[in-house]
Amino acid sequence: MSVFDGLKFRKVYSPIHNLDPRMKFVYVIAIFAAAIAFYSVIPLLALFIFQIPFVLLARVQKQWLRSLRGATFLAAFIFLVNLAGNFFTQNYTLTVANVETAAAMTLRFVVLVESFSVFFLTTSPDHLGLALEQSRVPYEFSFAFTTAVRFVPVLAEEAQTIMDAQKARGLELEKGNFMKRIRNYIPILIPLIVSAIRRSLELAEAMESRAWGATKKRTNLYALKLHKGDFALLGIIIGILILTVYVYFYVPIPTVRSFFGYP
Amino acid sequence: MLTVEDVHFSYQSGVEALKGVSLIVKNGEFVAIMGQNGAGKTTLVKHFNGLLKPTRGKVRVDDVETTKTSVASLARNVGFVFQNPDHQLFSETVEEEIAFALKNFGYAPEVIENRITWALNLLGLTQYRKTSPFMLSGGERKRVALASVLAWDPKILILDEPTIGQDHQQKENLRQFIMQMQSQGRTIVIVTHDVEFVAECNPRVVLMREGKIVADGEGKDILTDPALLEVSSIVLPQIAQIFTQLQVPSLPKNVIDIYEAKTLLLRLLQRRQRL
Repeated sequence: MSVFDGLKFRKVYSPIHNLDPRMKFVYVIAIFAAAIAFYSVIPLLALFIFQIPFVLLARVQKQWLRSLRGATFLAAFIFLVNLAGNFFTQNYTLTVANVETAAAMTLRFVVLVESFSVFFLTTSPDHLGLALEQSRVPYEFSFAFTTAVRFVPVLAEEAQTIMDAQKARGLELEKGNFMKRIRNYIPILIPLIVSAIRRSLELAEAMESRAWGATKKRTNLYALKLHKGDFALLGIIIGILILTVYVYFYVPIPTVRSFFGYP
Repeated sequence: MLTVEDVHFSYQSGVEALKGVSLIVKNGEFVAIMGQNGAGKTTLVKHFNGLLKPTRGKVRVDDVETTKTSVASLARNVGFVFQNPDHQLFSETVEEEIAFALKNFGYAPEVIENRITWALNLLGLTQYRKTSPFMLSGGERKRVALASVLAWDPKILILDEPTIGQDHQQKENLRQFIMQMQSQGRTIVIVTHDVEFVAECNPRVVLMREGKIVADGEGKDILTDPALLEVSSIVLPQIAQIFTQLQVPSLPKNVIDIYEAKTLLLRLLQRRQRL
């Protein structure tokens, strides 16, 4: 469940936490776009390193590292699938170029995880809901979204308890062949799903008893406003986008392998 | 026998839940672990079947250190019934639910069949054998969870908050059931807030506070100590409240048993009448 730890918000005050969630989201989208634009290791590595100051500034490096560690398995999977894909489609030859492409694809995934992790670690679910509302998203949708985000850690904790309860009844998750191992998760998934459904029904009742949707026009205690820091981030975002477009069209990107004399 | 030697435990989040706990539970003992929320009760009992491993110190079950073996092999001797039955029920019928653990432990089909019948009978669930556990009431689900653990007949039984959400009749059934288990030589550890239930059972009481054991002894000595219970956010059992407030020098203060209280009060009344 360590992947979820990397998405769990903790209340800390830092320049990054105080930024407007809307601007942070635009930043994530910009990083996303830049990561999708490139296919090679060097620009993706640059994107990865570029974000580290944000992590340090927000003082969330510990949780951030944990989320990256949680993503290792998927990253390894992406690397192998890419490598195998190239291997089987290109006459069963393994070239340095293939390895580098696979590495780039993996790095792209890591960059995406990194930026999402920073976003969720530094944005409270309340602010996120507020941001959606102020972006004129209907309240029903923004509420559903924030609730989903809020329940991720709750579900993760519940999954842990269920796992403990079944282990106490002799369930061994790591036992058996591949199919058996998948089947081992049934005793964990069923209680988890049942309780999630039950919880959602209870939540609906609790909301209705507190007059949810009684007025069409809701007011908020807090309103989001853009500050100096947000405009600075906007500058950075525009910078990233311009640089991405410029590099994409006008700069020939050298490959890592060319430094070592491979074609 | 359960041996806990100076156990410390910290969760990944950095919270230190146990700060040096030592405890010995002998075979055939009945122990109630009490204390306020967050005192570390559940964390401690999760060490008994290896679900949690101590960050420092040692936990041994019959001389086997829990760090040296798996939960599955410890579970054969240590049955753990979780607080919320919904965290474990998943099968289509009550019968299959009970068979789950037995299959995990590799029992033969005939043995499984016998054990299911035995466990259902023991907890009065025979009529629900083919019913889905999800169709049952809260109290019945709790009993199915208990049956599914009892079915493999563990020597040590741990019950986490067994009385929550149970009505009086079910609590009484549970109490008699625990007494019966104990008389058959099983070791029973319960984690609970339910002071009246503990007063009625009168087990050995281990009182925890902020990750440490603050008192360990007979129920009637610990549950009648107002200062000790005050700091642990536990109220005195009603009988003990009466006896501490009565201010009669000839009456003892450490009484929690209803029968004992009745005898003492009757004797006092009779003596006064005679005067």
